Amino acid sequence: MSMYSDKVMEHFRNPKNMGVMDSPDGVGEVGNPVCGDVMAVYIKVKDGRISDIKFQTFGCVAAVATSSMITELAKGKTLEEAAKLDNKSVSTELGGLPPIKEHCSNLAAEALHAAVKDYLAKRAQTGTRPAH
Amino acid sequence: MAYAYLDNSATTMTDPEAVKAMLPYFTESYGNPSSLHSFGTEAREAVEKARAQVARLVGAKPGEIVFTSGGTESDNLALRGAAGAGKPGANRIVTSNVEHPAVLETCKSLEARGARTDYLRIDRDGFVSPVDAARIVSERTAIVSVMLANNEIGTIQPVQEVAVECRARARNALVHTDAVQAAGKIPVDVERLGVDLLSLASHKFHGPKGVGALFVREGVRLSPAMTGGGHEKGLRSGTENVPGIVGMGKAAEIARENLGEDAARMTRLRDRLIDGLLPVEETFLNGSREKRLPNNANLRFLGIEGESLVLLLDGEGVAASTGSACSSKKLQASHVLLALGIPEWQAHGSLRLTLSRFTTDEEVSRAVDATKGAVSRLRAMSPVWKKIKAGEPVIGVKGGGHEHV
Ligand SMILES: Cc1ncc(COP(=O)(O)O)c(C=O)c1O
Repeated sequence: MSMYSDKVMEHFRNPKNMGVMDSPDGVGEVGNPVCGDVMAVYIKVKDGRISDIKFQTFGCVAAVATSSMITELAKGKTLEEAAKLDNKSVSTELGGLPPIKEHCSNLAAEALHAAVKDYLAKRAQTGTRPAH
Repeated sequence: MAYAYLDNSATTMTDPEAVKAMLPYFTESYGNPSSLHSFGTEAREAVEKARAQVARLVGAKPGEIVFTSGGTESDNLALRGAAGAGKPGANRIVTSNVEHPAVLETCKSLEARGARTDYLRIDRDGFVSPVDAARIVSERTAIVSVMLANNEIGTIQPVQEVAVECRARARNALVHTDAVQAAGKIPVDVERLGVDLLSLASHKFHGPKGVGALFVREGVRLSPAMTGGGHEKGLRSGTENVPGIVGMGKAAEIARENLGEDAARMTRLRDRLIDGLLPVEETFLNGSREKRLPNNANLRFLGIEGESLVLLLDGEGVAASTGSACSSKKLQASHVLLALGIPEWQAHGSLRLTLSRFTTDEEVSRAVDATKGAVSRLRAMSPVWKKIKAGEPVIGVKGGGHEHV
């Protein structure tokens, strides 16, 4: 038996929303290749909601599965809702993670939050307000 | 589904011939070798036959073989036994920084009790230098322990040369080698190596698990690993694991008889693996290509992480292992790969494929194809690979509570 739940293995084998995005509205990249995991989350925002989301991950099975899951959870959510998603939301949805892999779910949530922050910062800079 | 088992340095299939030899000692000749009746004498004869078989594998006398529970116990007995029996004042250990944890952790434990360890460094190809050993050993050295072949990168160490240097400078030091990965893959001869102590583990050469041996040169004194009824020359008390010992003996006999043929065959298959995978872009061999075990291929693929690779391969019917393991905060790259000077972020993308006498051409083909496929899948999802391809620096991303300089 694997150390991972079936749900984790399913997301690892068939990750959702994996890939790069052309001209994203926000990008969040966290982690360090020295530690063995890097996650990048790309978002497009429309009417205050995450209209499209993609991820790229270098890391272990849990890192890939948690990235896949966070993108599924965030898709279609408002920015406020997305900001509230945390590591618990991710690991619960995945049916739990082995204790030594919990940090992967932190990283996934951080990558999403960083992407939202990046979007907000860019918007503040250009002074453009999101379309209504 | 056909499955390619390429993790033979972790453990091997028990040879059915060894299993067959073991079976009678469970249900028929199940006596205690110390008993005087015929059940006992049958078991005793079986243990002594196995002792001779194991002795022949390494060019030792039967009386120089002590049966243990495996490689870990043999290493412990060698180091603790030597430290415990050494001359007063001789409390130093010399070893390398790429030993198996069975040696490294034992050294640490002895350090806590006053021993001092000096570590020989390996060069970029993975070898310790006998000259370094000569510089470090002294009359205060109790034991020098350098593995014959490395379990991760298969590098074959110049143990014979190290032993010569030590003899010349430290008359009282014992020389130990962990030959757990070497036995059954390359010729191992205690006389040629000039060692006093040599560790073996049955399950690495198609014997059963939970049994091993330590060669203890005639006249060498160790303090015992287990005290009790005085079994195994008083070094390892406890009723012998008769079926296990019989299986180890049979496996040793088969390994010795087939060594030349097996090594040639494994070398050919290993080279097929290496030559099949090295052309994958940004892929490198870990360790020396030349002085390498016939059954070891260890490569690193930049931009991906080993656990993901191993589990994708498992899904494709290939059993392999990696050079990185998860600990609570971060992935821990193997101490052996780091000692080679491989950057940590690259070490994470390492894959070890290890062969056995039973490995087939089909298994190798499957492994090469599946590995190529898995590597390109993982690279397609890797932001690190994207940077490598774009020629951007790979290190320097922040966050994730991962503090790094
Ligand atoms: C070089 C080396 N030494 C010692 C051991 C420990 O052997 P065992 O697991 O039989 O105790 C191993 C097995 O992984 C090994 O590869």
